[in-house]
Order: sequence, then structure tokens, then C-alpha cells
Amino acid sequence: MDAIRMEGLTKKYKDVVAVDDLSLSVRKGELFSLLGVNGAGKTTTIKMLSCLTQPTSGDAFLNGKSIRKDTSAVKSLIAVSPQETAIAPGLSVHENLELMCGAHGFTKEKRNAKVTELTERLGLEAVIKKKAGKLSGGWQRRLSIAMALISQPEILFLDEPTLGLDVLARSELWDMIRSLKGRITIILTTHYMEEAEALSDRIAIMKDGKLLICDTPGKIKETAGTDHFDQAFVKIVKGAAE
Amino acid sequence: MRMLTFASRNTKEILRDPLNLAFGLGFPLVLIALLSAIQANAPVNLFEIQHLTPGITVFGLSFMTLFSATIISKDRGSCLLQRLYTTPLTPVDFILGYTLPIIPIAVAQSVICYIVATVLGLNVTVNVVYAIAFIIPVSLLYIGLGLLCGSVLDDKQVGGICGALLTNLSAWLSGTWFDLSLVGGAFQKIAYALPFVHAVETERAILAGDFTGIFPHIWWVLGYATIVFTAAVLLFLRQMKKQ
Repeated sequence: MDAIRMEGLTKKYKDVVAVDDLSLSVRKGELFSLLGVNGAGKTTTIKMLSCLTQPTSGDAFLNGKSIRKDTSAVKSLIAVSPQETAIAPGLSVHENLELMCGAHGFTKEKRNAKVTELTERLGLEAVIKKKAGKLSGGWQRRLSIAMALISQPEILFLDEPTLGLDVLARSELWDMIRSLKGRITIILTTHYMEEAEALSDRIAIMKDGKLLICDTPGKIKETAGTDHFDQAFVKIVKGAAE
Repeated sequence: MRMLTFASRNTKEILRDPLNLAFGLGFPLVLIALLSAIQANAPVNLFEIQHLTPGITVFGLSFMTLFSATIISKDRGSCLLQRLYTTPLTPVDFILGYTLPIIPIAVAQSVICYIVATVLGLNVTVNVVYAIAFIIPVSLLYIGLGLLCGSVLDDKQVGGICGALLTNLSAWLSGTWFDLSLVGGAFQKIAYALPFVHAVETERAILAGDFTGIFPHIWWVLGYATIVFTAAVLLFLRQMKKQ
């Protein structure tokens, strides 16, 4: 069954078409990556799917709920970990998690249970009392994802989750994302080819708001006639420009 | 409940910033002490403690504008708001969550100013309590200005506009530091067309027990507060939609 179905999703800003007639589906429990160079339309797509911006035309259905007509139902299904670290810097890690529980209206018992569960699941015990603003980039991203998971979303949007992280922090975050696979549907945007290839069930490559290809990493390499995913990406994106 | 969680977070963020405490509470106290010392050596009617304290409590509110604008602009810049917009928090929750935590801080600031003023010779009467109570509607004007600036400016611009320009404007045009009639002309007219001097006159009248004297000044304050708050809410909603 499809978790997300996009039908002619389009977003225009004055003369610029950020997302152009995007139609694709994401299956339940799938880790689906949106890949593309800057300005490809990845973040705009996520913003539309998470009801942060209205499409100019077209629609998308998340577990059957329209992003145009059923915004509150969609919001109850999803969580977003934005591109920039979205944490409250003056609060401790524990307080940040509590903030998200409160924003979702959890009872005190549920709040305590959720904070404990996510602290353990994402290995945040070591920093639980530290101020979020004082944490390293890797820990902040980890916290950011934990905050997104508080609401037990059915669909999780991870927008460039490893941007700016060092190799070790990135590897740890990959492990964490892998541990979520299958349990929830994850939409990941990234600039990193190896990240998309290592984590994704399927990948959609976008350029100038248009969908160029959508398939498994293996099939994409096959289509491009190369064994290396980064070369396949370049071939496909350059091929679209010619 | 959701709103209270958000409001509690904002209170913590504001009070945990040592610069906020230093400027918001320390600076008005230093001014009271300094101007009282000047008054002791070279008596000036304007700096008598019963005249000075209401002006300082109103001036102190300009830091509430800074607190309010800074936290909103930082939240916008860090994408925290974007994350929270995807939760069930409503626009009303956001606006109240940014406004309500600052009211007790404004009241606390005013109480501390009056305690220091008492030590420096202010007579304690029930009017002090009324003056502190009337800080609440006046603070709404300043918090509204913060909401407005935070919705349209980034945190660097907030530092310049709210931290420097607005604090200076609200000081010069309030009649706290010098008698506006001594300058007269366009300066005085501009000052009386803005709410700052009216806020000070309201507080002075209350502290003096001259309750009819709060009119028409309180109308100016409430009128401006309504306009500023309405504009602030509209601009906040606009940036919310844009995000």
C-alpha cells in the first residue's frame, strides 16, 4: 500500500517553477530518497508534503489524506526533521524532548514514557542533561531526529540529515536511520550519493523541479550503464540537460 | 496545555540568557541608582525618586521588546518554528506562547525597580501596587512591538533596531531623562504623538494617586497597543504562512 501518492504536484514562485508536475508513489515502510543538485526541488517537495507550503497545482495523499484538503489529518501522520538543526538551544536535551511531547498534547505519563523510550533508542543518555545549544553538530542532528520521532509519526521527513557532519557522526546517524527502516516510511533528501545509495530502498532524482528517474539504486546504475552510483547520477542529470 | 508548554519553553530561553538578566534587570537598576545620586548632588525635580521610578519602569519595558523580538527571530532563523508548525500547535498557541511569558518578567522587573526605589527613599503606598498592576497593559505595547519586529527582522536586525534604536527612542521620547517642554517644537509634538511619554505619564499619575490624571494618556497607550498588537499578529501569521 502507498504511504504517499503525489499527483501532478507543482509549486511556482512567480516565474520560477520549483517543482514541476511531480507524480510518484512511496510505499509504506519504504526509505525513499529525493536526490538532486541545488535548486532541484527536493526541499520544496518536502515542504508541500508536510503542509508547510501549499502546492500551486496538483495534490498529494499521505495515507489517503489530501495535503490540500485535510491538513490537520496529514499533520497528525507526519514529522519533519528540517535541513537546519531545529532545536531549542537554551533547553536541555530532556527539555527539548518534553517540548515536543507538550506540543503534541501528551499526558504526563505518556510524556515520561516517550522521553525515556527515545532517549534509549537514540542513545541520548550521555547528553540528556546538557544544553542542546552546546552539543556537537552530530548530537544536535540526533536530537533533532529524536524530536521528530516523539509523535510516533507514520511518515518521517529527513531533510539533509547529515549535512555538515564529519564522517563518524554521519556513519552513526546512518546506523540510526537504518534502525528506523521498515517501521516507518522515511523520505530523505540528500546531496550525498553514497548516503542515498547506502540507505534507500528507492531513489528519485530531480533536476529543475522535474523528476528524471525513480527506481532502486541498482536499477538506476543499470539504466545509466555504470557500476558507480555517483557516475550514474551525473550521467542522468547531465543527460537531462542535453 | 500545548500553549503552556511552548510558553514555558520561551520563559526558560529568556531567563537562561545571562545578557537578558543583565540588561533587563540590571540596567534599569543602575539608572535608578545613578540618577538618584545625581539628584542628591544637584537636585532636579525630574529625578526625584517618585518622578524617576515610573519612567525607569516604563523604560525597562523596552527590554521586553528586545526579549520578545530576539526569541522569535532566532526561532525563525533556526527552523525551530518550521518544525513546530508541523505539530498541532495553532497560531493562537504561538502568539500567546510568545506573549504570556514576558508579562510576569515585566511585572518582576517593575517590582524590583520599586524595591530599589523604596531603598532610595520612595514612600511605600498602595499606589505602588497600582503602578505595578498598570505595567501589564503598558507591557503589552512593548511585547507587541517585539512580536512585530521578530516576525519581520532577523536576529541581527533585531539587535540593531530593538536593542539600540527602539530603546533610545523610547528613552528620549518618554520625558524620563529631560523635560520635553524644554525642547518643545516638533520634538515635543512627535513625542506626544507616540505612546512612550503617555506610558510614563500614566505611571506617574498612578504613583501620585492622581487617578484622573491617567487620562487621556492611558488611551494613547491602549490605542497604540491595540494597533501594534494587531499588526504584529497579522505579520506573524504572514511569516507563518510564508514558512
